[in-house]
Amino acid sequence: MRALWILPGCAMLLAVTSAHAEIAAHERKSGAEFMSPQTQAMQADDASNPGMLAVLDGEAAWNEKAGAANKACADCHGAAEQSMKGVSARYPAFNAATSQPIDVAGQVNQCRTGRQQAQPLRAESRELLALTTYIGLQSRGMSVAPPDDERLTPFRERGKALFNQRLGQLNFSCAHCHEDNWGRKLGSAPIPQAHANAYPIYRLEWQDVGSLQRRLRNCMSGVRAAPYSYGSIEFIELELFLAERARGMAVETPGVRP
Amino acid sequence: MARALINVPAKAKKGEIIEIKTMLSHPMETGFRPAADGKLVPRNIIKRFVCTYDGEAVFSADLFPAISANPFLSFTLVATNSGVITFSWTDDNGQTQVQTAKIEVA
Ligand code: HEC
Ligand code: HEC
Repeated sequence: MRALWILPGCAMLLAVTSAHAEIAAHERKSGAEFMSPQTQAMQADDASNPGMLAVLDGEAAWNEKAGAANKACADCHGAAEQSMKGVSARYPAFNAATSQPIDVAGQVNQCRTGRQQAQPLRAESRELLALTTYIGLQSRGMSVAPPDDERLTPFRERGKALFNQRLGQLNFSCAHCHEDNWGRKLGSAPIPQAHANAYPIYRLEWQDVGSLQRRLRNCMSGVRAAPYSYGSIEFIELELFLAERARGMAVETPGVRP
Repeated sequence: MARALINVPAKAKKGEIIEIKTMLSHPMETGFRPAADGKLVPRNIIKRFVCTYDGEAVFSADLFPAISANPFLSFTLVATNSGVITFSWTDDNGQTQVQTAKIEVA
């Protein structure tokens, strides 16, 4: 009988102490700062950054006619250096057609199906990553600048809740690692602050380029949670929250990560 | 053809030591990795890389399965005269990809 009385009190205590330490603006660090000098040098030099191979593929795909409309991205958008400048820095954005937020990969596929009348590109396919990396490069050096669009607010709030929610058999939230323990090590890997300013990245462990969602799926399986599926609204919501958290940081695409 | 990133200075002084960087887009499939169906993915690697300067081989390398995807090779040459530097990568199937760069030496 007594135990029953104590339990609610314990739950209360846990709820109170589980608030996470949000990272102050002056303490924010890109994931690149946690890497070895060699990996930093690899990212900094376009002749040794393997992500630049995806950029070359993306440039070719940008100019290639596709679908029943027989149109290339370039036929409508012209030079990506101008038309795509700053796009990745402000995505995900609100998509009026679906009344939902959409990320760059989703927008590319919307143009594929809607404008080119072609098959959508598979998530994590070489061609989709090539296009999103090429588009991402056009924002390199610019500040992450999520739009002040009220329609995005409820989605971003849900992303924040997901970030703070315990997940998986290990029962950790993203915040447990990335806000309470950044800078410490998990095995041999330094825990970064989880800023999404360098995506798509070339990850040495993958030996390939991959999207932010692939990275997040890795973190989710790391805590033995069933990862959300590619393109799911949960991932877009998390992306919205991560973009807000990284507001003002410089875009690094294509990043290199261990 | 696979994409390659090549970095050769466009201009150099005679006798100058120049740094060359090359990277080829290639999976470097080791032959030891099982696919989703449990069968081994057949080996597919770049076996040999050769760099020639004005027709003469100046650098070459044999590559093996433990080398990462998108192999990156960097080395130095002495700029002797204006000409063409040729890079060739040969894979397990004997197919060769060739790429060239020009250098002006004054
Ligand atoms: C158990 C600790 C842990 C948890 C929980 C965790 N992560 Fe991570 N995360 C890591 C580590 C460690 C890395 C770096 C991995 C490496 O470098 O190999 C990382 C990397 C990242 C990165 C890449 C940062 C960059 O600079 O490229 C992002 C973004 C990220 N995590 C987001 C999340 C999100 C969102 C969640 C919740 C769904 C989450 N993580 C849960 C440990 C964790
Ligand atoms: C037939 C013309 C057409 C083609 C072809 C086309 N698009 Fe679009 N695209 C548009 C229009 C119009 C918009 C405006 C937004 C919309 O779709 O609602 C747009 C928007 C975009 C945006 C968002 C830009 C922003 O400022 O928010 C991206 C990114 C994009 N397209 C990428 C691509 C890519 C990549 C391709 C090729 C695979 C492509 N588009 C092919 C017409 C086209």
